[in-house]
Order: sequence, then structure tokens, then C-alpha cells
Amino acid sequence: MSQPTDNQPIANQRSSVRYRSRLMQSEAERHADTHPLTWRLRDDGAVVWLDEHLHKNGYQSVRKALDAGDPQAVIATMKEANVRGRGGAGFSAGLKWSLTLQGDDIPRGYLICNADEMEPGTFKDRLLLEQQPHLLIEGMILGAYANNAFYGYIFLRSEYVQAAQVLNRAIDEAREAGWLGANINGSGFDFDIAVHTGAGRYICGEETALLNALEGGRANPRSKPPFPGQSGAWGKPSVVNNVETLCNVPGVVLNGADWYQGLSGERTDDGGTKLYGVSGPVENPGLWELPIGTTGAELLDRARGMRGNHQLKAWLPGGASTGFLLPEHLALPLDFDTVGKEGSRLGTGLMTVVPQAQSMVSLMRNMEEFFARESCGWCTPCRDGLPWSVKLLLALEHGEGEPGDIELLDKLAADCGPSLTFCAHAPGAAMPLQAALKHFRHEFEQGVKKPRGEMHSTTMTHEQ
Amino acid sequence: MATTPHTTLIDSDGFLLHAEDETAMRAEMTHYEQPQAACIEALKIVQRRHGWVPDEAIGAIARVLGIAPASVESVATFYSLIFRQPVGRHIVLVCDSSACFLSGFDELKQALVNQLGIDYGQTTEDDRFTLLPVCCLGACDGAPALMIDNDTYGPVTADDLPALLESYS
Repeated sequence: MSQPTDNQPIANQRSSVRYRSRLMQSEAERHADTHPLTWRLRDDGAVVWLDEHLHKNGYQSVRKALDAGDPQAVIATMKEANVRGRGGAGFSAGLKWSLTLQGDDIPRGYLICNADEMEPGTFKDRLLLEQQPHLLIEGMILGAYANNAFYGYIFLRSEYVQAAQVLNRAIDEAREAGWLGANINGSGFDFDIAVHTGAGRYICGEETALLNALEGGRANPRSKPPFPGQSGAWGKPSVVNNVETLCNVPGVVLNGADWYQGLSGERTDDGGTKLYGVSGPVENPGLWELPIGTTGAELLDRARGMRGNHQLKAWLPGGASTGFLLPEHLALPLDFDTVGKEGSRLGTGLMTVVPQAQSMVSLMRNMEEFFARESCGWCTPCRDGLPWSVKLLLALEHGEGEPGDIELLDKLAADCGPSLTFCAHAPGAAMPLQAALKHFRHEFEQGVKKPRGEMHSTTMTHEQ
Repeated sequence: MATTPHTTLIDSDGFLLHAEDETAMRAEMTHYEQPQAACIEALKIVQRRHGWVPDEAIGAIARVLGIAPASVESVATFYSLIFRQPVGRHIVLVCDSSACFLSGFDELKQALVNQLGIDYGQTTEDDRFTLLPVCCLGACDGAPALMIDNDTYGPVTADDLPALLESYS
């Protein structure tokens, strides 16, 4: 692709609308003991390079863990802290690590960072990748040490061009300073990292599809078991963790499980902080690091409420593959279990608001078009069912639905449910559709063509 | 894995693989246990040079990586940002995911279609722009968002488009 020319007026035209990732909290509001993910970030949005990272207590967690010399203790602390996977599934990272095959007759494996952020409505990992690369590298070294990995990959979506440049430079910095490579910090532990950029496709963010993509194949998911921790990249034990998850590890190792649990106070059983966000038609869309268990109401408040005269109709708690919640759910703490009990999922924890004027049929058509387009095509309910649901939703959107279409949507969604396909793509596509059909069924019913006689009588009613 | 690169590798299909591109591919191969893993990057290397990946490049990549052309082809046809037909000098990726959809995507898309005179998958007659949809760009606090080549923009209104597009020659 062509390079932009160094022409000042042109640069100005572009810079006025250039997107910049940013946190809504200033440096003065963020502290090491309360904002472990973001306290090092700068108000000017510049990258926190190695010198500044080290000056801000950087790599101390690695020093502590390597000096202690007990990888299993790192796993135990992670389990005790109950760091739940921030990629959306919420599985305990410590538990995942405890299941990684290790032993004298087991080859050393891989520690892979899932930086394929593509979940609609999610813009949190971008910030960490673009502005604070060393916290991630620090977390990856700890993950590698705990899981006996000899090499790491950052699987980065190709559109994150700036992140790729930042990460590559940061990796070079860390290697030159002895935090990566052979015999890290004199410990005898070897570990290095490469950035692997993708070439599109949402499915690459699925853990096992990611492994196939990393190996240079089509990104179809793999059948589990074996789980990646048993047999992952090139058949070796492999741990795949999300960016935000890995960025939680240094704080946990340095400050301990009790500190981590205490970050969320009495709000929830989950520990730590969360990068929460709000997008859609709100006055002040953005990203905040807050204790996990913060309510939807507080997030909406931080976003200064709905834009203009819009009223809140529904919201997605954490991406397109989570079920719609209603205004009455705003008071709930946004943690994995609470949102799960409401039939949805916390997902990535970045909420998307839907205004009252928005047709749910049109929104679902948009969302199912996304899921249909991004299906890898391996499993029939997903490959064939999702385009079918788009066809039905398009008809309903234009008032041309047939009687029975809504029931057919119910069935297509049920056929995409958990355990009926190899990965969570189809269940993710079904969850918001089922929630929309449950809470807003009347909108779908309005899209069904009326029998001729009934249409006549309706017309008559209008004319009276 | 590292061998001396050929000066130029002229494939039997007539595809000219630049020596520095082959060197770059071989450097990528050193990052992985198996050369196949460098396949996506190899395709991107060809694409950076030519703008897209012609059929003739598949065999050349396969030879460098030491894998079957079918393996390269299967990867080349899977990923949405590997282009298998000629594209314009600039790629416009417009985000159509939910946050943008709720924040003015329809108007932005329509304005793009009107100004460029093309729809998804098409290239302007002057070969300047190709328009494609893209997965959530992770710029939802700047919705509606789009990407042109390596740069992400948002929020972008229909009024911003003429000057923005004009800056890409």
C-alpha cells in the first residue's frame, strides 16, 4: 500500500479525524495500588518505553518471580487471585495454567498472547498494545516462566499497525536490556517473543483457530480435547491468554492474591480491575479502568448518559456475542457470574448501548451479517444457519416476513447453541438473537406480512 | 533454514519474486518451528510489492517455503485482507460492526458509495480506491470509524470525507 506523502496540509486534513486510543482517566486519578493496568500510561498518550517503564517499577515482578525460582508458586498465586480471562470467556487463568503439561519428558512449549481484538464494541487491548507494551511483555515472561514456555508469540490483528511497530521496538528494547532472550536477568531462564500479524478474519481470535492461523493454515478451530495446554502449537503445550489478562499478571505476582482480591472490594467475588468501556450513542464514549463489579449505571454515568434525546432501550455488556440486557439490569455489578445469571455474558466488558429509536430487527440483521460473514464454514449450523438467519431478518426488516419465520429464527438460534458446533462462534451469534427475540419479540412480529384480509381491515381502521 | 537468496527467482509461471522479498520470507521462517507458518506473512510480502497476490505468486511462495502450492492457496483464499484480484492504490476499510452501526455507519457508508461511485469489493475507475467492509476496528469510542491503508480514522462524518479522500492521491 502507498505511503502517505509528507505534505503538511494533507497531514493536517488527516490528523483532524485520525483515531487515537485513549483512557478517560488522567494520570492524577490513577495510582499503582488501585489501577494496576493503566497507572503508568501518560496523559499525552505517548508510548511508555523501557526507561519510563523501569522508572515506574517495571519488570520488578519478573525479578521477584525469577529470584524466588518457583514457577509453580506463580501459578498458585494466580489461582488464588482468581484472575479470570479478560478475552471474554472468564475462565480462571491460574486454573488454565495449572493444566499445562509440564515435566521432564514434556517439551517446553509456547506462551501466546491473543491480541486479535475484533469483538464488535471492544477497544481495550488496543490501548495497552499501543501505549504500554512493556507491561504485556512483563506478563508474558511471567506466563512463560510459570508454564515452562521457551517462546512466545503476540498474535496481533493486522489492522493494529501502530501496535505492531510499538511492540516490535519494545521487544528489541527488552531483549537488549536482558529481559528477553537467553538467561533472563541471570536466572538461567530463556524466553523470547515474536510478533505474528494476521490478515483479517474474526475467527482467528478463537483460541484453537488462532493456533491454526499461527501455524500458517486456515483459521478453522480445532476439536477439543486435546486442549492447547496439552497439545497446542506444533503439538507442544501452549497457553493462549488475552492481552488484558496477561497485563494483570505482573501486579498479582508483585502484590499478591489478597491485594488483587481487595481491588474489587465488596462488589463481587471476582478480583482485580477491569478495562470497561462504553460506545454507541452516548455523550462521552470511552474507556476506564475500574474495579471489577462496577455497575452498568456507573459506566453509563461516566459516559455522561445517552446522547441528545436518546433513551436507553437495551445494551450489550461485552461485545456482539453477548446477550442484550435491559435498562433494569444497569444496577447489576458487571462481573462474570452476575451477568451470566441474567442469561448473558460479561464478555469483554465493553458495553454498547442501543437507543430507543433503534429497530432491534435491523440491529440483529447487522449483527448476524457480521457473524455469517465471519463464520469459518467448518460447522453446518454456523456456515448455513447464520446466512439463513440474515435472510429471514432482512425480510422481517422490510415487512416481508412470512408466518413461521420467527419460529424458524428461534430454531436456527437453538441449533447454534453451545456444544453443537466446534467453537463458540455460533453460540456467540445465537445469544444476542435469542435475547432480542425474547425481549423485543413484538418488533419481529411487526415484520411478518399480514394475510390479505387482515391487511385490509388494518387499512380500514386507519381510514376511520 | 537460512540459505543464500537467489538474485531473482523467475518462476515457471513467469512470476518475478524480488530477491529482497525472498530474503524477507526466509527471515520470517526463522521465527517458527515449521516454514508453513510464514505463509501468511509471505503472502503479505508479495501483496506489499504488487498490491495483490496474483495466482502466479502462489507457486513462488510455495517453493520458498518448501510447501505445496495447495497449502499456500488454501491460506490465500481464507483471509479477508489477502487480495486475489487487483485493487486500488488505497484500501478503504469501513467498519460495519455494531458500535459503528449504532453511531452513523449507514450514512458514512452511503457517503462513501456516493463519493467513490463504487460499492464493496469494487475499485474506482482511476484505480485509486478499493472499498471493503471490515470487522470492528477497535475504535468504537471514535465510531463511525474507517481505515485507509495503515491509518485509522474516527469519528468520521460524511462532511469529513471529501478532504480525507482527497489526501490520498
